Amino acid sequence: MVLELGRIPIEDIDWGRETSVEGRTLQINRQELIEKIRGSDSRITSIMAELARPGESVRIIPVKDVVEPRVKVEGRGGMFPGLISGVETVGHGRTHVLDGCSVLTVGQIVGFQEGMIDMGGPGARYSSFSKLLNVALVIKVKEGISKHEHEEALRMAGLRAAVYLGEAGRRVKPAEVSRFEISAPSGLKPITSGLPRIAYLYMLLSQGLLHDSYLYGRDMKTVLPTFIMPTEVMDGAIVSGNCVSACDKNTTYHHQNNPVINELLKRDGRELHFVGTVVTNANVTLRDKERSSDYAVKLVEWLGVDGVIISKEGFGNPDADAMMYCAKLEERGIGATLLTDEFAGVDGGSQSLADTTPLANALVSVGNANEMIALPPMDRVIGDERIIEKMAGGQPASLSERGITAELQVIMGATNELGFEFLSSREE
Amino acid sequence: MEPKLKAVHYLNQFFAQIGGEQMAGIKPLQKVGPVGPGLLFQQICGDDVEIVGTVVCGDNYFSENIQQATDGVLALIKGYEPDLVLAGPAFNAGRYGVACGAVCEAVTLRLKIPAITAMFGENPGVELYRKSLYIVETQATTLGMKDAAQKMAQLALRLARGEPPGSPAEAGYIARGIRRNFFASQTGAARAVEMLLRKLKGEPYTTEYPMPTFDRVEPLPPLEGLSEATIALITSGGIVPKGNPDHIESSSASRYGRYDIRGVMSLSPRTYETAHGGYDPTFANEDPHRVLPLDVVRDLEREGVIGGLYPYYYATVGNGTSVASAREFAREIAGDLVRDGVKAVLLSST
Repeated sequence: MVLELGRIPIEDIDWGRETSVEGRTLQINRQELIEKIRGSDSRITSIMAELARPGESVRIIPVKDVVEPRVKVEGRGGMFPGLISGVETVGHGRTHVLDGCSVLTVGQIVGFQEGMIDMGGPGARYSSFSKLLNVALVIKVKEGISKHEHEEALRMAGLRAAVYLGEAGRRVKPAEVSRFEISAPSGLKPITSGLPRIAYLYMLLSQGLLHDSYLYGRDMKTVLPTFIMPTEVMDGAIVSGNCVSACDKNTTYHHQNNPVINELLKRDGRELHFVGTVVTNANVTLRDKERSSDYAVKLVEWLGVDGVIISKEGFGNPDADAMMYCAKLEERGIGATLLTDEFAGVDGGSQSLADTTPLANALVSVGNANEMIALPPMDRVIGDERIIEKMAGGQPASLSERGITAELQVIMGATNELGFEFLSSREE
Repeated sequence: MEPKLKAVHYLNQFFAQIGGEQMAGIKPLQKVGPVGPGLLFQQICGDDVEIVGTVVCGDNYFSENIQQATDGVLALIKGYEPDLVLAGPAFNAGRYGVACGAVCEAVTLRLKIPAITAMFGENPGVELYRKSLYIVETQATTLGMKDAAQKMAQLALRLARGEPPGSPAEAGYIARGIRRNFFASQTGAARAVEMLLRKLKGEPYTTEYPMPTFDRVEPLPPLEGLSEATIALITSGGIVPKGNPDHIESSSASRYGRYDIRGVMSLSPRTYETAHGGYDPTFANEDPHRVLPLDVVRDLEREGVIGGLYPYYYATVGNGTSVASAREFAREIAGDLVRDGVKAVLLSST
């Protein structure tokens, strides 16, 4: 399986007559964008499209999802299979990426579980999304529809927007083309090569009740752990439907640009053999956790690996799944490293995880989400700033004339558990 | 040139060269300028710091009169209006270590200036004060004096200048169990791959979060005489009167509510809702009994299965709420319940 990923660098973004890439500027026909987003979804009552550039004094809140515009240029299937395009297996041929921009879906679904992005000021340091040229879509829906329908309406609108914008890159010559050739595990060099055989165990939050992820359009909580090719992930096979704390929800953008996959591919054949990726779920019941962890560990073991990287999503309940994976892998003699964030309290003095095992002996901490941050007011707010006080990580007095004081938890992707950011936490 | 920082040094009777055990009962007293190990500090950081005074107390007096001794020492320290305080090093001297810890804690809390002490890892002062103080780790004996003094001086200067202390390993202090965020030089994903490679090769690596030890609470034996027992309801699922009158946070709750349910036979979605931010509230808001089962408990009360329901229920949000906060809520709530003769609690989470 070979995928060529062509990167079209986008360095500016503006409204224009026609949606197209001119040099390194993405021009967007605002009206057409809004029409494409609405599609035939009668649940959507209004759409406002705004632009936000890195360094601007702009705050975007409440953000649900972030999606990167991509287009399938050659090969089977299309972007976001099972949701936008058909269900053909993706991951080969050629895909173009509008690199440096993204679509943000903005709107209050649950209120607690959307997040915030600051384009300037100290908050910008915590989120890679602050460094992107963002098309923010403030979407309102009919009164009285359920939260589940509201979530779906915004999720699909964001995907449609990314596909529409991605189309602008179809005929553009990319500045850089990366070629990913994924071999079958049996085709890999045998263990005698001396390089460790490593697999990636990719946990997707699937607790139901708006904490869902989709694989080829299938709700992950109904799927048994299975193999996936890294290139399928790049083509949008995994989509976020999550309304979970902003700091550690894996947005669709994070999936499209999964940093664990990128690191493993970069070192494949030189420092390690990247043998395969197993996607698994994180359901709420103990029975499901036991079933999925047993099944996923079986798949990993069957690949004949020495070690596994485990990534996580969410906190609290999924800590139990993560600990099961660490324990079950180590018990089989497979070394595991887990990426996790911490909820150590505002003072950093409490234990960070809801579950532990002594076998989880190689953890990478992507930060304490409870740590307080103070963010000055911004000149322009896209969305509604008042929601901060109800947001997970906000407090009743979070908003004042001095700006926002809240837990880091409110910032989109600040403690991303795929390891997207540089943040960490240590004991002092 | 910046003016020198003013420091006060705390010592026991021995290091202040007043005497040994026979002088351990002396009350707090002061000496102008540096004494004993203070001379070493003056040598190390004399360009930046001036030890303006030394405050001394006997180890026995301190350990037998902790409150008065702390107040007395603090009053003398305050008289110098210092910028920072150094105490010890106490090495493995137990009473002295506890005194250094108590003095530094009082200085930090009441005078709000940095205070640094140093002791051996097994000194009882470490266990008592490591969470609230920066304690430089020393050898067991005075052989470690110079090394300890250097680390103490460096750390005290950083704190007095408002700079971050650095990690325990690089700054030489005993880890306080306090987690602090910082930006690493590589992404989490790159660190994970490198950690795994080192682990698989059998090379040394350091986990970024060592596993904590959990408190385990032994369950009590089953309750006898349920039909005579008063039962209380507590939930961490966030069911509160509509409008969340106590403003319980949707995550990381810093408070809980106590709500009167005398005469309340069931929870209407018009008057109750959830404040919890960790789950989809749709179903809890449709029927709050899904989280707080007041309706069935009222049935049990009417049928005589339980003796009675406590007139209040307690609610908080268990979403990322720290163990320290939860423990504090539990201590207060348990106080009420024990006082009022409640025999059992139905604790519902989400």
